[in-house]
Parts: sequence; structure tokens; C-alpha cells
Amino acid sequence: MSIRQSWGARAVLLLPYLWLAAFFLAPFVIVLKISLSQTAVAQPPYLPVLDLAAGWAGLQDFVARLTADGYRLLASDQIYLLSYLKSLQLAAVSTAILLIIGYPVAYGIARSPRGLQPLLVMLVVLPFWTSFLIRVYAWINILQHDGLLNQVLLALHVIRAPLSWLSSDTAVYIGMVYSYLPFMVLPLYATIEKMDEVLLEAAADLGCTRTRAFWLVTVPLSLPGVAAGVLLCFIPIVGEFVIPDLLGGSQTLMIGQTLWTEFFSNRDWPVASAIAVALLSLLLVPIVVYQRLQSRQLEGLR
Amino acid sequence: MRRTSPFNIVSVALGLAFLYLPIVILVIFSFNASRLVTVWGGWSLAWYRELLHDDAMLAAASISLRVAVLSASAATVLGTCAAIALVRMGRFRGRLLFSSMVYAPLVMPEVITGLSLLLLFVAVNIDRGFWTIVVAHTTLTMCFVTVIVQARLIGFDRSLEEAAMDLGCPPLKTFLTITLPLIFPAIAAGWMLAFSLSLDDLVIASFTTGPGATTLPIRIYSQVRLGVKPEINAICTIMVVVVATATIIASLMTKRGAMRRERAAFAAQV
Repeated sequence: MSIRQSWGARAVLLLPYLWLAAFFLAPFVIVLKISLSQTAVAQPPYLPVLDLAAGWAGLQDFVARLTADGYRLLASDQIYLLSYLKSLQLAAVSTAILLIIGYPVAYGIARSPRGLQPLLVMLVVLPFWTSFLIRVYAWINILQHDGLLNQVLLALHVIRAPLSWLSSDTAVYIGMVYSYLPFMVLPLYATIEKMDEVLLEAAADLGCTRTRAFWLVTVPLSLPGVAAGVLLCFIPIVGEFVIPDLLGGSQTLMIGQTLWTEFFSNRDWPVASAIAVALLSLLLVPIVVYQRLQSRQLEGLR
Repeated sequence: MRRTSPFNIVSVALGLAFLYLPIVILVIFSFNASRLVTVWGGWSLAWYRELLHDDAMLAAASISLRVAVLSASAATVLGTCAAIALVRMGRFRGRLLFSSMVYAPLVMPEVITGLSLLLLFVAVNIDRGFWTIVVAHTTLTMCFVTVIVQARLIGFDRSLEEAAMDLGCPPLKTFLTITLPLIFPAIAAGWMLAFSLSLDDLVIASFTTGPGATTLPIRIYSQVRLGVKPEINAICTIMVVVVATATIIASLMTKRGAMRRERAAFAAQV
């Protein structure tokens, strides 16, 4: 059956296609254009503005006035480079911690009784459906100076004076790991659960210990899930804004915050756009890899 | 052979405790009588009462709900269309571009999506406010709907559709009477996810909002930056309850759908 011929079918494709082209693709072209503009005290606050009414001459004039000043600023001021590196560092370490914590959880769920698995999966997903902001806010409650963590540690005599947890890398790591844990557990669970347990029995029959079988059989077979989980966490974490802004301090300036400040506080739209373009080009390779994994996995379900 | 080792039980239990403890603490402290967030002063509904008199917060909640309902509905229509196109139309021209545009927003950092949409709205000279947030949230959430519906369509037994068509049912009618009811649980789950994502979004809404369109997360965020307040705990608790209820309903619906499917498959074999 081919439903391609009818007009109705064409609309089914064109509707989302045009929507995404207009509101997802076109905006990137505009970001690229504005990243090559100059800041101006005007409305909108950048120059040049493309004047389509002026025709070809207007376009030539427009192209001639484009500038790479925004990017030059990015390269010259260390704060941008430092916040890029800081973002990469925080994202890499967070993703590593997520993998270390997420793998045993996913493995445990995949090895639990079949009837219990849907419930456990739902319990992992449920917090992901409650507000991101709320989950970060919940940690401010716990980590603040007279918060629960310090109270518990004081009561247990682990520490003598309250520690300041907030405004530190530690707080940001806790927030990242907490917020992104479901994104790590779900793809891992999906691959481990699909694994044929006969393979483990075969390994045991051939004299392999359980630990060795885990490293030689389970781990290599779960690598696609590891890749999906790592990308699903790493890419958004690099551009994260809410977590470092609320839990971090001046030491944890991430690129998402830099972009936010340039845009909302400094009202420097060209530099904010240049940061966005630079961030996107940094993430382009991981995003493409993730998309290929995603579509291969969905095709594989057929 | 399936053994549940103590290690597995402990790791799952610890993982779930880690996920739920902060939320539970937040909920408990929303009933705290004391104004100090860290000192327990007995049970009280004072902060919920205070919330009822906070007009700015209530207005923000109403805007957020309206944005979420509208954008989730639009996203469900667009996302379902996209899923059908991806699963059923085989190789069409521009498929790679299309699937890239569908999957990219899932991982795209929100600051980039927000900034780029804002610049689009400025470039075409649209006044920012309620409707620009709706459009932005529709764009973000439709991709999640697509992924959910797509997974359902792929694991879908086409023989029922083929049977209907063999019996002379026109394609549109086949779609409405066979396909749509069968994928409906996934569509409903997609709507719920889109709804809760929209209700939750701070970054994209901050970029695309305008005067008079302060959503709940924007309002909460501006309060949170000033410090922890019991009133915020109360509004967060309400949001957690709303979203948890919606999620449980959605999962029950999909499960009922799954059971019905299994029964249908069973009946077909007999």
C-alpha cells in the first residue's frame, strides 16, 4: 500500500515539515546572520538590518557590512574560552558519574522479576516528568547553609561546623546527576533487558565466573545503550543553564549562563548569537552521532 | 534462570531513594508551620492559604496552563503527523533533513533553541507574549510526541489495516477506524508529556516571552533566586501532584491499550 499519492498523505508530511523548517531550521540561519552583525543602540539592537525592499543593491550593502567582530571578541576575551572549557569539564565529569551510578541501577532493574520491571521503569521516569526547576530547587533546600544535609552531618558528628555546599562544583555535579539520571538509566535498561541470558549461561558452562562474564559478555553487549545514555546526558548538560545558575557559584560559569548574561543583561545580541553558533558547532558531532543511533535503533525495532 | 542478587536490589533501592528523597523532603516541608525552611514547626496549611492570595502566582499558573494545553494539542497533531510520515512514507525526498529536524530538538541545549526562536520573532517583527511561547513550546515538544508515537507505529501489526483495505475500506477511513484507535494510547501519552514539558520550561519561555506573559516557571525562578520560601514549596508540591497524577493516568491508559492489543492478538490466533 502506498499512501503517498493522496493529498491527505502529502499534508501529513508537509505540515510538520514546514513547521520545523519555519520554527527550527530558519531560526538557526537568523542566529548565524546576527552573529555576524554589530551591536547597536536601536530596535532591534543590531546592525545591519536586511532591507529586502532595496533589492540587489540592498543585499550587497548588507553583505558588505557583515562583520566577524562577535567571534573576534569570543577569541580575545578569556571568559568565553574558560566557560566553554568549564562546561566541557562539568559535562564530562557529570556524565561519567551518571554512568557509574546509572549502570548498576539499570542492570538491577533489568535483572529484577519480569512482572516488577514496568513498575520500576515507571518509578525512574516519574521524576523526569516533574518539573526540572522543582527538582533543582529541592536540592537548594537540602544543600543550603542551614539545610538538611548539614544538619544530618552535624547530628552524626561527621562535621563540626556547617559546610557550604551551594555555589560549588559539588552542588552542580549533584544537581546534574540528579536531573539527568533517568536519561542515563533508560537507554541502558533497554539494551541490558534485550540481552539473551543464554549467553551468560553459556559463559558459565565454559567456566567463566560471574564477574568475568559480566565484563566479557554483558558490558560489551550493552555498549550501544552506554553510547545513547552518554550522548543523551552529555549534549544537553554542556548547554545547561538552570542547574549551574541556581546551584553553582562564580567558579562554575558555564557557557549557557554566559549566553544568557550576554543576551539579558548586556543586551549584546550579536555576541550571544556568536556564542550559540560556537556552542552548536562544538556539539554538532555528538548530535549527529546521537541522531544516527536514534534512527538506527528505531529502524531496528521493525 | 533469573536470580535477584542482593547487589541488584540495593542498587535499585539506592537509585530510587536518590531520585525521590529530595522531592519527598520538599513536599513535607511545604506543610511546615515555621517560616524558617529548615526548622520544623509542626504541620500546617498556611503556605497553601498564602498561595491563594498571591495573585501574581495564580495569574502565572493560569498562563502556564493555557500555554501548556494549547501547545501540547498542537504538538500532538504535528508530532503524530511527523511520526506517520517517518514510519509509513518510506524514502521520500528530504527524509534525512526531516528526521534530523525531528531528533535534534530532543538534545539541543535550550538556550540555543530559545535564542534562535526569539531572533526569528524579532526578525519577522512579531510582538512577543503568550502566542510566541505557544509556538516555541509546540516546536520543542512535538519531537517528543513523534518519538513516542513512532515507537508505537513501528511495533504495530499492519495486518488489521491490510484486512480492512482488502475488504474495500478507503485509506482515510482505515486510518480513522483502525490505526488511530490502536495508536491512541501513544498519542495520549505524547500529549501528557508535551503538556508537562511545557508546564516545566523556564529557559525557552524566558527568551520568547513578552510583557504580560509571565509563566509559572519564570515566576518561580525569580522567587527562587531570592532564596528558599515555604510558599514555593507549596506551589511545587501542587505541580508535583498534578504531573504525577497525569503520568499515572497516562501509563494506565497505555497499559490498558497494551492489554487490549494482547487480547486482540490472542483472539486472532484462536
